[in-house]
Amino acid sequence: MAELTRLTIAEARDRLRGREFSARELAQAHNLAVEKARPLNAIVLETADRALDMAEVSDKRIANGEEGVLEGIPLAVKDLFCTDGVRATAGSRILGNFVPPYESTVTANLWNAGAVMLGKANMDEFAMGSSNETSCFGPVENPWRLPGNGSPIVPGGSSGGSASIVAARAALGATGTDTGGSVRQPASFTGLVGLKPTYGRCSRWGIIAFASSLDQAGPLTRTVRDAAIMLTAMSGYDPKDSTSADVPVPDFEAALGGDIKGLRVGIPDEYRTDELPAEIAALWQQGLRWLEDAGAETRDVRLPHTKYALPAYYIVAPAEASSNLARYDGVRYGLRVKGEDLVDMYERTRAEGFGPEVTRRVMIGTYVLSEGYYDAYYLQAQKVRTLVARDFENAFEHVDVLLTPTAPSEAFAVGDKSDDPIAMYLNDVFTVPASMAGLPAISVPAGLSKSGLPLGLQLIGKAFDEETVLRTADVLESAAGFEAEPEPWWEMTQ
Amino acid sequence: MVGDDAVIEGATGSWEVVIGLEVHAQVISDAKLFSGAATAFGAEPNTQVSFIDAAMPGTLPVINEACVAQAVRTGLGLNAEINRYSVFDRKNYFYPDLPPNYQISQYAQPVVGPGMVRVDLEDGSVREVGIERLHLEQDAGKSLHDRRPDATCVDLNRAGVALMEIVSRPDLRGVGEAGAYIRKLRAILRYLGTCDGNMEQGSLRCDVNVSVRRPGAPLGTRCEIKNVNSVRFVQQAIDYEARRQIDILEGGGEIEQETRLFDADRGVTRSMRRKEEAHDYRYFPDPDLLPLELSDAYIDAIRAGLPELPDQKKVRFVEQLGLSEYDAGVLVAEKEVADYFERVADGREAKTASNWVTGELFGKLNESGREITDSPVSPDDLGDLIDLVADGTLSGRLAKEVFDAMFESGRPPGEIVEERGLEQVSDRGEIEALVDTVVGENADKVEEYRAGKDKLFGFFVGQVMKASQGRANPKVVNDILRQKLD
Repeated sequence: MAELTRLTIAEARDRLRGREFSARELAQAHNLAVEKARPLNAIVLETADRALDMAEVSDKRIANGEEGVLEGIPLAVKDLFCTDGVRATAGSRILGNFVPPYESTVTANLWNAGAVMLGKANMDEFAMGSSNETSCFGPVENPWRLPGNGSPIVPGGSSGGSASIVAARAALGATGTDTGGSVRQPASFTGLVGLKPTYGRCSRWGIIAFASSLDQAGPLTRTVRDAAIMLTAMSGYDPKDSTSADVPVPDFEAALGGDIKGLRVGIPDEYRTDELPAEIAALWQQGLRWLEDAGAETRDVRLPHTKYALPAYYIVAPAEASSNLARYDGVRYGLRVKGEDLVDMYERTRAEGFGPEVTRRVMIGTYVLSEGYYDAYYLQAQKVRTLVARDFENAFEHVDVLLTPTAPSEAFAVGDKSDDPIAMYLNDVFTVPASMAGLPAISVPAGLSKSGLPLGLQLIGKAFDEETVLRTADVLESAAGFEAEPEPWWEMTQ
Repeated sequence: MVGDDAVIEGATGSWEVVIGLEVHAQVISDAKLFSGAATAFGAEPNTQVSFIDAAMPGTLPVINEACVAQAVRTGLGLNAEINRYSVFDRKNYFYPDLPPNYQISQYAQPVVGPGMVRVDLEDGSVREVGIERLHLEQDAGKSLHDRRPDATCVDLNRAGVALMEIVSRPDLRGVGEAGAYIRKLRAILRYLGTCDGNMEQGSLRCDVNVSVRRPGAPLGTRCEIKNVNSVRFVQQAIDYEARRQIDILEGGGEIEQETRLFDADRGVTRSMRRKEEAHDYRYFPDPDLLPLELSDAYIDAIRAGLPELPDQKKVRFVEQLGLSEYDAGVLVAEKEVADYFERVADGREAKTASNWVTGELFGKLNESGREITDSPVSPDDLGDLIDLVADGTLSGRLAKEVFDAMFESGRPPGEIVEERGLEQVSDRGEIEALVDTVVGENADKVEEYRAGKDKLFGFFVGQVMKASQGRANPKVVNDILRQKLD
């Protein structure tokens, strides 16, 4: 049965339809793999029984020829998505044992398409982090380790549990959310494909908010094709989210396989920083050649405001978060720590409920919105955001897609950067600009570092042009031929 | 023209009272501003609360178009500019009756810009009061402190209900104008059907800004008095606050800008928070909502559906129905009164209808402490009564008697007239017989009259009416008396 967990979504889908195995068998194999992967700390709530129940329904639908595009496909769900009747924590103590009586639109779309839920994936607290070390459930481990070295490596964040469980071959795919790189950076760190769609492509209804103007759901998968399949199911206009876009959802899988002759690929000069490790710069160069070999034209483009994007992001996102997280006050649900009076209850509840990174961002956000500082910080950051978006618009007058590294480093050791917030924030330097502009972007595994850890390359596209992004990613994926897998050390530890 | 109460004589001279009002008007709509939950007043606690209203994690607000339409309708009714582009902001503060701990409101870019309300003052003059803006925002829930000895409970039924905050310019002088402004604003909202104006249920609440200055001097420092919930309390609060400020200034002190509360039991205002304690609300555009963009066509369609408003109605009553300015003003002040009057006046002489409504009906309503909506006399019955006078069935005096009986019993006039045999007698033969009797019994007076004492004519009329028990048609009586005497 072990080989069932090594399939891609596309393969599993085709073989389920061919009745080579049942959805129940597929779910059982994954339940077992999830159980074995417990040392990774990637799943904070296993829903094995639910998975079997859903798989049985899938088997009936397949038998009746009524299967959806993800019928019987076992997925993990980042614990930021509310799923009806299943505890949702956002990786935070403050939600306690909160069980939402409603379903996020994205997961509802997935279940309607036939997907099967394996469990809720660990994550940085409220999606704030780039290493999955801020979770109240403790850090997630990357299935990848340095060869000959047993010390734990981070999977990236904030969708670290989602990335880890898919990379460990214990889920065929997972939902993540990406605010400043939280799908793409973990994908790069774990050798997966991670796609952040255009802002508005997926509904935010039922996803616990971090920074509303940036949050987007996205898939973490082992192949570009799988990402396309999942995105097709996840997307769609939702009247319950005013910022969701009322645009048609194409069959993204159908966009794959086309050739990219004449495709104009831009290389943003500003991403060539002095700090960029040589091997990442070389891989980037390699990616460029692969696309050229496939017939694309590459050209240099300028995104002059890039260097301001990260600092502006770390104003806008905390500002929104400080307000979004105000609702966790101990009054209606989640943790309540009694106090001497109302304000004391608020303070004790929030002090105990939020971890240090969330506290830091709530304080930063509160500060930048305060009277006297608003203009200098928040308003200025919004202006920068406009300029960053305009940079991309200008670039996309000359090119169809941009190629950049996903992250400025390979995955690092647990504990390496957790005491240095700035070093941690710098991890998002290549992913944040596309987030600020609301553009679709994907990380594709492109090679291994000298030390043997995965590295990803990022493609950024025009708004609502995920098709070009995916088509190009598909070509890049084929050329890179990334086949490496982590050694399943976690199976030995039990 | 400034009301008598606009200037207060202090120990050191005159002070002008300057007032601006922020009125919070609950929008009439089936659902809340950003959720589908119901809005009916008086439901069991926490029975009208959606996941959004309770700020459950991951829930999102979606603007209720009906509330936007109500705000636009109100803006048009206030002769105001409608902003094609407006923005919803978050006003951040912690309070248990505000589940997300921010209120969605409009700060820098409200949906309605400057406008103007014409306020009719008691002396018959009209004052134009500037409206600075109208914006949409969410109401908060209610903290219930009396349910449990050990805890405060929160009822979220009202949380998220749409409010229009209507901000006037500091154009009001004195309590009379402030009261007249609130009444006029309330009337406009009720005509428009955008707010029921019920102050007792809290559908209309006022924050009052008060300052004083020497006549002609620049504006003084103001204090804001929060949540004053009746016209009378607004007036009491202004009066107390103005005198408090004058006392401070005349004592050589300075007014501190602050927020105060009105204590209705004692009729005083108390400091709630000083300027340095003022909240920093950290307003910023709500990233869950798109800016509100309105097309000209949308606004025009709402404009086309506006009802006749009190000012227009008053002009029509004066110009087309020939009513006096005063009567017209009284009749249009409340939509229900205007509706009642128009029903009575339909197909009848307007002046007569007006006299009946503002005279007899208002008198009886006042006496019995009723509103026109609970009048025992329906407008149709009052119309029938007027018809009975017009066709000569009833004399004016008897009509009043019948009206009193109608008000007592709620019965139609025809029944009462028939039952009591009150029809007017116009039969010439019958009246001539009565005249002959009166003339015969008063031969001496007839002599005097014929000798030139003209005013005795009234005496004869009175005697004949008395003999007929008031039922004789006075016109016929006059007629026959002239024949007999002249």
